[in-house]
Amino acid sequence: MAISIKLNGETHKVDAEPGTPLLWVIRDHLKLTGTKFGCGVASCGACTVHLDGEPVRSCQTYIEDVEDAEVTTIEGLKSTPAQAVQQAWTELDVVQCGYCQSGQIMSAVGLLIENPKPTVDEIDEYMDGNACRCATYQRIRTAIVRASDIMEA
Amino acid sequence: MSVSTSRRGFLKGAAASAAAVLVIGAAPSGVMAATNGFDTTMLNPFVRIASDGTVTAIVKHFEKGQGPATGLTTLIAEELGVSMEAIEYEFAPSNPKLYNNTAFGPFQGTGGSTAMFNSFLQYRQAGAAAREVLLQAASQAWELPVEQLKLEDGVIIGGGETAPLGEFVQAASQLEAPENPRLKDPSEFKLIGNASIHRKDTPPKVNGTAKYAMDIQLDDQMVVAVKRAMRRGALAVSFDDSAALSVKGFIRAAMLPNKAGVVVYADDTWAALQARDAIEVTWDYSAAESRSSEDVYKELMAAVNSEPEYNLTKNDQGTVAAAIENADKVVEETFYFPLLAHAPMEPLTCTIEPTQDGGVVLHDGSQMPTSPHMVLSKVLQLPMEKVQINTMFAGGSFGRRATPTVDYQTEAALAFAMTDRSRPVKLVWSREDDITGGYYRPAFAHKVRVGLDSTGNIVGWDHRVAGQSIAKGTPFEAFAVHDGIDDMSVEGVTPTPYSIPGMFAGLTDTKAATSVLWWRSVGHTHTAYVMETMMDATAAAAGRDPVEFRLAHLSGDVPEQKRMANVLKLAAEKGNWGKAAEGRSQGIAVHSSFRSYVAEVVEISGDAEAGVKIEKVTCAVDCGIPVNPDVIKAQMEGGIGYGLGHAMRDEITLEEGEVVQSNFPDYEPLRIGDIGEIETHIVLSTEAPTGVGEPGTPPSAPALANAIAVKGPRVTELPMVNAGVNFA
Repeated sequence: MAISIKLNGETHKVDAEPGTPLLWVIRDHLKLTGTKFGCGVASCGACTVHLDGEPVRSCQTYIEDVEDAEVTTIEGLKSTPAQAVQQAWTELDVVQCGYCQSGQIMSAVGLLIENPKPTVDEIDEYMDGNACRCATYQRIRTAIVRASDIMEA
Repeated sequence: MSVSTSRRGFLKGAAASAAAVLVIGAAPSGVMAATNGFDTTMLNPFVRIASDGTVTAIVKHFEKGQGPATGLTTLIAEELGVSMEAIEYEFAPSNPKLYNNTAFGPFQGTGGSTAMFNSFLQYRQAGAAAREVLLQAASQAWELPVEQLKLEDGVIIGGGETAPLGEFVQAASQLEAPENPRLKDPSEFKLIGNASIHRKDTPPKVNGTAKYAMDIQLDDQMVVAVKRAMRRGALAVSFDDSAALSVKGFIRAAMLPNKAGVVVYADDTWAALQARDAIEVTWDYSAAESRSSEDVYKELMAAVNSEPEYNLTKNDQGTVAAAIENADKVVEETFYFPLLAHAPMEPLTCTIEPTQDGGVVLHDGSQMPTSPHMVLSKVLQLPMEKVQINTMFAGGSFGRRATPTVDYQTEAALAFAMTDRSRPVKLVWSREDDITGGYYRPAFAHKVRVGLDSTGNIVGWDHRVAGQSIAKGTPFEAFAVHDGIDDMSVEGVTPTPYSIPGMFAGLTDTKAATSVLWWRSVGHTHTAYVMETMMDATAAAAGRDPVEFRLAHLSGDVPEQKRMANVLKLAAEKGNWGKAAEGRSQGIAVHSSFRSYVAEVVEISGDAEAGVKIEKVTCAVDCGIPVNPDVIKAQMEGGIGYGLGHAMRDEITLEEGEVVQSNFPDYEPLRIGDIGEIETHIVLSTEAPTGVGEPGTPPSAPALANAIAVKGPRVTELPMVNAGVNFA
């Protein structure tokens, strides 16, 4: 089935069956690999992308449901909150293995768009669905606070 | 420690180009050969310099997040005389002659927290030797004595002359490499020990461009998934793929020659996973594991309540038993530790790509390149030089990517061998494959009886350990098993830095219940828990402070006791030991592993009934000279989180031989809200650097257990949730 998808501002035609997760369309059809496969059941957040500006788990979002939406991946981030988050992540060397970090960053950006000055409890609550097996959580928390400060400056 | 920067190990003169081809030729084209259009020269196996002055460190250890891409690059930059911004890195090709782990022998691989330990002198010498030939070349060109010249920030300067180092690379490569290049005195270090140095792998991991093996997308590649037996030892008899035929992108299915499962070939990952789920396999379970976790539990408990198979100490068991019988007080606890999965964030994957010359490239987050190199050569019947390993970023490992059977790379090789070898084959494991697919931290039981005299001093310590050996029956047996004892079953009990009077320890190997493997900090995952919760229980029985009690058994004038006591005191001081905030409880633990020393104070609020919240962890680490202090801190943070998360609520259980858990919903990772601040203090040491990837893990769970025990139960069976501990 030919489906049109708007990804990072560009429209692509892809040939995928209904029920195909957006994750695999992004990775295997469009060859953008910054969005990661971690669990396939929306319980780790490594596959987080933005759908019309809101974080969703692309492994549980189906291609037929995104036809009219704007999909943004880590490769297409350019908003002010996104730049602040990536700067904070860089300053604090948040990453270790790095595999979950695209998803962490996509969620963090979603949080700061919705709530530019989150408390620590709000950060913990919002980021709860993004697992990091390297346990970089303390730096993620600090980096989100730092990104919030960068945005304010 | 052997160091391979001898004269012979260096590339020089006419040999340089041939040897450079050897080094570069062993890597996939486009990976090592990237030159930005400039001529490049290998000054030695670890340092390559382009004529534009770009320096590249060749990193022999894979990067799974633990930091060697930064650490080994720092060593080269420090001794060569370039800034961290002016040096790049790439992962070494498979070549155990040049890139072996000197702690492992003639074998290239990462593990046992040895990356910095075995590279510290080797990489500094490589950087220093490169500096000396560059200075000699400049000295000849400028007709100035070499003593007048120095190389700083990438510039050679002296005698009124100045030039970027790239200018002398060609000339330097013709010179004989110095046998013993002068190494900097630690007082001259600018980069080693510099806490402001950033990770070299941060930028690509923040913008999504970092490439992991899972990210391989080659033209015309096939993706394969494997339907494996759910019970260890089961063999596939036949399969029915009729339901898979309706999956778009499904190509075909084939039985693995070893009958371990059925390979499904497809055009993309989703098709492979869908088709794999649609395949029906008939299994022969006659030789399969059929026991459940309850059976394993009973076997382990019976073993620690029987005469041990091996004596680990010289003390006479009867004498120790008599001392405990006659003691004023006896503290006795029995412990159980379940199977645990590693669950690295990136599921297992690798890709075999055919090359024009009839060889292959393995794209892999390769922890031990020598192993898959040999396996691919054998399975595909190719000479070793026709097999190249492209080591990519690994999305975590925690031990999982280094198996004695080379499991996933072997699977990929078998799958590739069953094709006409014209298309690349990418093997993908799902998370379910990862959690159910074997290789676990083995289950272990301990039983400890400690006798105290009337003044609160230990008079006897009887310690029984039982569990499944990791090394026995594998190629790792030769180096890990001594006199029948698998060191990895008992490390942390024997040896222990503590002076424990009247200690007897014994080990019993138990039957294989599943395939077992090292899991971040290996035997220390259970031995530290037992030693450190017993130290606390014994101190409590003696009416003594847990820190004072431990220090009393670390008072010897030997380095291991002094260093262990030192980190214990530092953690206690920085963690405000004994001065917990209102409503909070503290627990402490200290342990030595992988030649490093780590103490941790865990401070919690709440209690086991109402819900425990981990508010703060204060960590003190002595890992010798701290090369990258911020990476060390990150490893402590990660090691602590890994240890705590599993101790809180994770276990792998078997039901009639099948693994019960299958994905993160029932093998729940530590989440951000589970853990508060972690504060790490690094001892300023002048000892040679030692491991940091694993040593942060062992003390974390017992420190938490000791904090919980202040107001609640002393947890002796993990995970803690099974012992009735709630977490807020």
